[in-house]
Amino acid sequence: MKLPGVREFSWREVATEARLLLIGIPVFLWTMIPIYHMFLFAISPKEDAFSGKLWPDHPTLHNFEIVFKQQHYFLRDFYVQFWNSTVIAVSVGVLTLFIATAAAFSISRLKVPGGRTVLNLALFTYFIPAAFLAVPMYRTMGNYGLLNNHWSLILAMVTIASPYAIWVLKQASDKLPVELDEAAVMDGATTLQIFRLVYLPLMMPSLVAIGTYAVLLAWNEYLYAFLLLSNDREITLPVALGNFLAADDSPWELLMTTGFIYALPPAAVYYAFRRYMVGGLTAGAVKS
Amino acid sequence: MAITLSGDQSIPAPPLSSRLTPAQVWGIILLAPYLLVFLAFVVYPVCYGLWLARAPENYVALYNDPIFARAAVNTLIFLVIGINIKMLIALLLSGFFAQQRTWIKWLSVIFILPWAVPSIPTILSVRFMFNPEWGVINHLIFSFTGDDGPNWLNDPTVALSMAIGVHIWKSLPFWTLILITGRLAISHDLFEAAEVDGASWWQKFRYITWPSMQTLYVTCTLLSMIWTLGDFNSVYLLTGGGPADLTHVLSTLGIRYLRLDQLSLAMASIVCAMPFVLPLVYFMMKRLSR
Repeated sequence: MKLPGVREFSWREVATEARLLLIGIPVFLWTMIPIYHMFLFAISPKEDAFSGKLWPDHPTLHNFEIVFKQQHYFLRDFYVQFWNSTVIAVSVGVLTLFIATAAAFSISRLKVPGGRTVLNLALFTYFIPAAFLAVPMYRTMGNYGLLNNHWSLILAMVTIASPYAIWVLKQASDKLPVELDEAAVMDGATTLQIFRLVYLPLMMPSLVAIGTYAVLLAWNEYLYAFLLLSNDREITLPVALGNFLAADDSPWELLMTTGFIYALPPAAVYYAFRRYMVGGLTAGAVKS
Repeated sequence: MAITLSGDQSIPAPPLSSRLTPAQVWGIILLAPYLLVFLAFVVYPVCYGLWLARAPENYVALYNDPIFARAAVNTLIFLVIGINIKMLIALLLSGFFAQQRTWIKWLSVIFILPWAVPSIPTILSVRFMFNPEWGVINHLIFSFTGDDGPNWLNDPTVALSMAIGVHIWKSLPFWTLILITGRLAISHDLFEAAEVDGASWWQKFRYITWPSMQTLYVTCTLLSMIWTLGDFNSVYLLTGGGPADLTHVLSTLGIRYLRLDQLSLAMASIVCAMPFVLPLVYFMMKRLSR
């Protein structure tokens, strides 16, 4: 009497599990194939990569060696470009955090007159597709004399990153109780002390999320980077990767190896801060 | 100190500045960096761009450019078909990922990868997979059928569909994540009650899940449409607008004009998109700034 009941239960379990796998396996394949293909190229000698093998006959790290020793025409400035990408991403992160935190504190906690309007303007910028702003931005940077200067890309990315940053930080600040500020004022704290000693520590999780967001946005940016920077020693890694395509006989295995190296830091940063990212960004991204 | 600063900061009339509290003065100072960025890198470029695009000849030239018409149609296809397919899949997958299973937890960690890694290497990786001579897809087709595979990216319809596919690959995780958050916010009691009443999964979806998620779903769809207008990478890195400039979308077309040194045409093509973009933006702002 008992046994069939147990069996029936587990059969249903198996059927549900099978149906879930029927979704899970295609999802896994869909997600991983382009990434696996990139990895495959990175560990394949050129002959294997170009013959459509699913696993190379002789997996090798030789491609990485070429990249790290800059032993190819397209890779001669690899380290400089990696450094450019790093400097620009970190600068964008720091500047965005500074600008957005100050603005969010001002709008949400100090209730500055006109704060609402500024927030709406920022939101408006957030919704303008970045590729549309790129055209006038390119010309503007030319007018400012900043083309081919890292500052052009840094400032452009700060412009793109800060509206969202301000908005998310403003939402997070609104949740902090007003009593905190009032108590601090009672104790004779100045505005700056409240900012430094009360506001910043409480906002830490959101600040980590926004900092990561801005850094990743800048590191991953291609369009603005390739419009604003062109000199070989000024460009960032993604632009260098794009330049590989200029040749007819592009060394694809090296392109994929460099791309793999380029994709590792953002993936690592993302997973390291995933806890903050998912909470901080999805909460802000869509308030239904 | 604070009061004197406010004098030369932004408030010209002395009576007004004396009415401001020190906190408000600091408020203005702290808001100033963003305002400067906004004026220098949003207001000025936008006004300058509109001024460049002022001449009616630009629009005549666009009207006579077959590439522009094609790009407009492609953009519409990209938005209307591509985004709706993407959001529908995201909605389905959000139900899948909301299941409590260890392996599904792990899969969701992997699933986010396309969104976490930069698009250039992955899109180029897809591009090479479909290379007619050397790509792995045509190698597989050859080894199974003995025939040469098609020249994928040489057919504008296939190429555009693949660009849409690449776009979906890249941004599906993000929207799925958002919809999972929405789905998990639904009270579990509702589902339990439905279970007791013997509701089928479709009835549960139809009468519980969908009513509580439809606002979020529509918001996400519109937001995704606006952002996809600015998706330059999926098309540019996969097809480069080719073959024969038949797969351009508005964002790549603007850059194409820019590179051909036709800045006013580039701006005009963007201005043409504004009647579609601005209502969407207005609607989104209404929705989000409550």
